[in-house]
Amino acid sequence: MTKLADQMKRGLDAPICLTWELTYACNLDCVHCLSSSGRRDPRELSTDEAIAVIDELRRMQVFYVNIGGGEPMLRRDFFPIIDHATTSGVGVKFSTNGTYIDTDAARRLAAMDYLDVQISIDGADAATNDLVRGQGSWDTARRAMDALAAADFGEFKISVVVTRENVTQLDDLLAIADGYGAQLRITRLRPAGRGADTWHQLHPTDAQQRDLYHWLLERGDRVLTGDSFFHLNALGDPLPGLNLCGAGRVVCLIDPVGDVYACPFVIHDEFKAGNVRDPGGFASVWNSSELFAELREPGSAGACASCGAYDACQGGCMAAKFFTGLPLDGPDPECVSGHGAAALAAATTAPRPDQDHSRARARAAAAAVPVTLGRR
Amino acid sequence: MTVHTATLGALRLHPSVAVRPEPFGALAYHYDTRRLVFLRHPQLVDVVHALHEHADLDTTMDALGVAETLRGPFQRAVANLAEACIVITRDSEEDRS
Repeated sequence: MTKLADQMKRGLDAPICLTWELTYACNLDCVHCLSSSGRRDPRELSTDEAIAVIDELRRMQVFYVNIGGGEPMLRRDFFPIIDHATTSGVGVKFSTNGTYIDTDAARRLAAMDYLDVQISIDGADAATNDLVRGQGSWDTARRAMDALAAADFGEFKISVVVTRENVTQLDDLLAIADGYGAQLRITRLRPAGRGADTWHQLHPTDAQQRDLYHWLLERGDRVLTGDSFFHLNALGDPLPGLNLCGAGRVVCLIDPVGDVYACPFVIHDEFKAGNVRDPGGFASVWNSSELFAELREPGSAGACASCGAYDACQGGCMAAKFFTGLPLDGPDPECVSGHGAAALAAATTAPRPDQDHSRARARAAAAAVPVTLGRR
Repeated sequence: MTVHTATLGALRLHPSVAVRPEPFGALAYHYDTRRLVFLRHPQLVDVVHALHEHADLDTTMDALGVAETLRGPFQRAVANLAEACIVITRDSEEDRS
């Protein structure tokens, strides 16, 4: 038997963890949104096309799909889509800001099998949360959690992106989850989407990363992380999980217009493998795209080769490197040995996210004077 | 704590478990517990699929001609699968049906 991680790196016959963003439409405007969501894209998959994607996932035996957005519940066909998935053996875990989970929706969700709901908050109080997710979003999320609890949904999930501001609130967040009988899920802040503009101010400091690592070692069995923090493994004993970048190997993203990207954190042409509308559909993209074949080749440690921690951290997150302008075969910008800080200082330009459905951006463009100065 | 397969008796896959073939063996997913486990040998996958046709794990492995060197690892693997409720004991009633 070969080492499991090596097998994983060569890719699976179908993804384990597939994220499917149903729409770019969103009523919120979170400053770290990975997909720069806001306005619906007119090219988004139709109901029939979405149903066809589910049928294909079922044939490939994708056990479950992580549905997100945008705000997925904004799609009028949201319930028919998730009904079709869960009744045909493709489990659904969907992420929502909770705006549309009222008493009725909560009851409807509670009556479904193979369905997990994940409510996003980014702080243990309104002030911390609303700074990132917008005014009123804390109250909205709590109302949704109350509705799910009142409907006896069972164990839902509370999803938190760890930032410089909320990393000190992890115990409080765990207490909130415990109070609902919910499960806490924490993930890493990525410089993708609108996060490309806010990551530098919001990502945890070196000292906070060390605290986070120790917190995860102690509480790791009580929280989910989506294997988000494997770059912290260079600090000592490994955290639970596969400890590898799954992009294009065990993970991928289908975006609202059907484009398939290597992972949810790299919505950029350079990591686009194809589209579910292409001949052969999603299976063909997963099995035969050149990009995915490349990602499944053994990677080079590059500048990290001489570092003793490389086996532990695997060079960190590809997306974090890409959107901070670092070489992909070098250290992660949040390298816990400090190599990232040096690399960041040397980086001159970073690629810009090339999709932007932000409502604020549209307003700014409409109001723009003919000559504007700005970053590109 | 490990479960000893000798004491498990007649086994079968849990009805809520799906098994997906992979180059290294298979992935098994339990829809009720949301647990994903790896079956890391192709013949282990055959064994798991055949459990319900035989009296216990040992006779299943006999029937499939599992090599002596693999029997220990397979016993440990199936014990872990039992702990994760991926395989469960079948009661005598279901046996007859």
